[in-house]
Amino acid sequence: MNVLGLSAVECRALLESRDLSALELVTLYLDRINAVDGDVRAFLAVDAEGALRRAAEVDAIDPAQRRPWDGVPIALKDVLCVEGWETTCGSRILAGYRPPYDATAVAKLREAGLIFLGRLNMDEFAMGSSTENSGYHVTHNPWDLERVPGGSSGGSAACVAAAEAPWALGTDTGGSIRQPASLCGVVGMKPTYGAVSRYGLVAFASSLDQIGPLTRSVTDAAALLDIIAGHDPRDSTSIGLPEPIRLPTETDLTGTRFGVVTEYMGDACEPGVRQVFHDAVAAVTALGGQCEEVSLPSVEKGIAAYYIIAPAEASSNLARFDGVRYGHRAAHSDDLLEMYTRTRSEGFGAEVKRRIMIGTYVLSSGYYEAYYGQAQKTRTLIMRDFERAFAQVDFLISPTSPTVAFKVGERTDDHLAMYLSDLCTIPVNLAGLPGISLPGGFSGGLPVGVQIVGPHFSEQGLIDVAYALEQRLDIRARPALGEVRP
Amino acid sequence: MSDAPVTAGVADDGRPGAWEPVIGLEIHVQLKTRTKMFCGCATSFGEEPNTHVCPVCLGHPGTLPVINERAVEYATRIALALGCRVGGPTIFHRKNYFYPDLPKGYQISQFDQPLGVGGHLDVELESGETFRVGITRVHMEEDAGKLVHSGGATGRIHGADHSLVDFNRGGTPLVEIVSEPDIRSPEQARSFLTQLKSLLEHLDVSDVNMEEGSMRCDANVSLRAAGAEFGTKTELKNMNSFRFLQRGLDAEIERQEDILEAGERVTQATVHFDPTTSSISVLRSKEEAHDYRYFPEPDLTPIELDSEYVERVRASLPEFPAARKERMMRTYDLTAYDAGVLSANRSLGDYFERVADIVGDGKVAANWVTGDFAAYVNGVGLQVEQSVVGPEALAELLGLVAEGTLSGKMAKEVFAEMTETGRGARAIVEERGLGQISDSAALEAVVAAVVAANPGQAEEFRQGRDKVFGFFVGQVMKETKGQANPHLVNELLRRRLTG
Repeated sequence: MNVLGLSAVECRALLESRDLSALELVTLYLDRINAVDGDVRAFLAVDAEGALRRAAEVDAIDPAQRRPWDGVPIALKDVLCVEGWETTCGSRILAGYRPPYDATAVAKLREAGLIFLGRLNMDEFAMGSSTENSGYHVTHNPWDLERVPGGSSGGSAACVAAAEAPWALGTDTGGSIRQPASLCGVVGMKPTYGAVSRYGLVAFASSLDQIGPLTRSVTDAAALLDIIAGHDPRDSTSIGLPEPIRLPTETDLTGTRFGVVTEYMGDACEPGVRQVFHDAVAAVTALGGQCEEVSLPSVEKGIAAYYIIAPAEASSNLARFDGVRYGHRAAHSDDLLEMYTRTRSEGFGAEVKRRIMIGTYVLSSGYYEAYYGQAQKTRTLIMRDFERAFAQVDFLISPTSPTVAFKVGERTDDHLAMYLSDLCTIPVNLAGLPGISLPGGFSGGLPVGVQIVGPHFSEQGLIDVAYALEQRLDIRARPALGEVRP
Repeated sequence: MSDAPVTAGVADDGRPGAWEPVIGLEIHVQLKTRTKMFCGCATSFGEEPNTHVCPVCLGHPGTLPVINERAVEYATRIALALGCRVGGPTIFHRKNYFYPDLPKGYQISQFDQPLGVGGHLDVELESGETFRVGITRVHMEEDAGKLVHSGGATGRIHGADHSLVDFNRGGTPLVEIVSEPDIRSPEQARSFLTQLKSLLEHLDVSDVNMEEGSMRCDANVSLRAAGAEFGTKTELKNMNSFRFLQRGLDAEIERQEDILEAGERVTQATVHFDPTTSSISVLRSKEEAHDYRYFPEPDLTPIELDSEYVERVRASLPEFPAARKERMMRTYDLTAYDAGVLSANRSLGDYFERVADIVGDGKVAANWVTGDFAAYVNGVGLQVEQSVVGPEALAELLGLVAEGTLSGKMAKEVFAEMTETGRGARAIVEERGLGQISDSAALEAVVAAVVAANPGQAEEFRQGRDKVFGFFVGQVMKETKGQANPHLVNELLRRRLTG
């Protein structure tokens, strides 16, 4: 039996039937990490000792007393606070910082019984689309180690694709779950803004951030979302989901209307991506779904609005990293201003500094209306576009990323090209909608993702249609990597 | 506001130096909620540093604020009491600046959609005249922590070799009240602040203690030639007593006068008043002022105060000092002065009304409450509520005076003992045998004995020397150790000497 090829839901079943012990399962994954992570470099830290200890504890529990997910391993993006671990957000400024509390999503995973394998690499403070902006190291795409895994949840996507964990949590501010999921050939889901508590998610852009699953199947995404979703009194912007998420079973799309977004169909996407997308649309039609073109005239302004709103919020959110209470503090400063300046100059990387400067600029007196005010208006227009579209169709379907994974270093000096990686995903965050990326096929041997977007709180429907498409496409290829092939 | 320099300190009437001060106040009030504005930590004062803190109020990564509902209610009470328009959506903004006492690098405050706008307070001067001060806005925010500078001689940042931060205060709910520039003198400013404090006390939303910092006051001050446009203002920071507010304003007005008289311009700046030297130091000029980059706080949703909520809070408001003063004058037949004193302090007013209602004599109750009672609590430094002599106990004492058991003089002694021992008036009187001798048979015997023992003086009186009467009263009092009812003594003596 190839356990590493199994989904988390399948692992759970094996643990429940006692065909596998938690210690065996965790050991398999730790061995896999040892075997391949030297190449992939998805992890910033692996907590082998803690994971093995928890596994032994789970195995000692009377089966009747077990919680649903006792013994199933998971890995976490390094932006979620885990009590007792370091949490750095991929930044040098938080080196050595150990949060005194668990993020709400992390606490829910603990309560469900999951075992934490380690923390995953990311673009510093989730700012980036390639994980090259990590303050620690670059993560590589398991399908081609010369290429990036996408970002900012590149560690999460790469780890799941390389079978270093059955599943992982990531966060998505402008596509940071869906784009790396697309580039690494895994499922990634950004829930509706407010579905999952942000408490303990170190904020990048508060009005856009959401935590979500990166998994090997739509079913796993459904299961993981069900664990982490819910209203949290600690997060005033959290609402939860209307109903618990059911695991999907439906494989027929008869009567479901899909909108193909005109604005994404031009030259923005490379031909290989367009081909995979057309095949996916054909698959939807074959399943009985109706596809029609819809227009979102304002989405093209989405990137501009996003690169004002997100940096504005970030410039404020990152002000707390000042060297006073925790994290890095520059040595030997003569006065307060010097301490602030040197601490932040040393602690933050170039992309973070760039966005703090943009954010500070667009909020400053005299520029606020021209930039931040306009961007908020654009955001409202984008929301209205989506509302109009959802009056016409049930879901929108598009490529997730306009390109396949690019080479490490290829775009590091071309910030605009890098920003364009999130063309199809950013408007979804601006409107607060749920979106899922699932593997659609390959272009030149590299994975291409398909994104499905639904109205607010339509997660169940989104999972159901994504599952139907997943079953139809039936993609079984896995990256060839390491000595142990999953 | 005009940037043009005012070159001559000559008012319209040609009188030199007739500058009119234009003053607006910004008052910060700490709300006495049990917990902080955005987390569950207890609010505290004077406790061990950093013992009332949590990841939220320390600004740890990933934490989020949650609005304290009670703080919103208290702020609403204040806004309504000041006649502000309240209702509809109100939102929080982030005010961004770096300082070590500000853990998040921004303060959660309110900006262009504050809780209340457009109110006023009618202020009564000592002369009895009133003037109206407009209230621009009432908004909610969180307090910062406190810096302690160590290693220097003065405890101030200059000369210190390191600084420590205490975050106990960080996140305490504050309400900021901003007045219109309607105040024209330091005396008016002081009256305004005194009466605002009294109002806030009545609302029971804050300790409003300036010395402890639960009420803090900044003033915007400018001068202008009478009737001219407003001049350039300076901001006088953090005066921590009513006296310092007045003295600070006096000093800053004098400083600005000197500048203007010299034909120079006042520059916009923050200034600090040093009460030990009565001098003003200019802290920073506005050129390097912060750009706070306000933007709506994305971690909080707008607060919708619907009319039902606003009306419920409005209905729960207590009687305000001005209305209470009127009512006290009417109901208890008090002078404006007594009613003013008794209505200025909510607990003193409550205490008085309880005593007056039991005793049934407002004037007597007012004399005692504003006299001996106030002297006692102020002397010991107690709050009215902390007095060992409750209103019922004082009423019992006044009852003994009314029924003639105690003289006014004796009552003062008994009161002093009540404050020391906490025992009741009647118990003290009985134990010490202090009751006035109002028994005419008992007194008659003493009077007869005294007259018999002093036949010479009795004869003098009968011959018309009225002065001798006092001698006899004194003798009777001496014999009765002062306990004789003076009215009765007079009556009995006169009857015996003339009879």
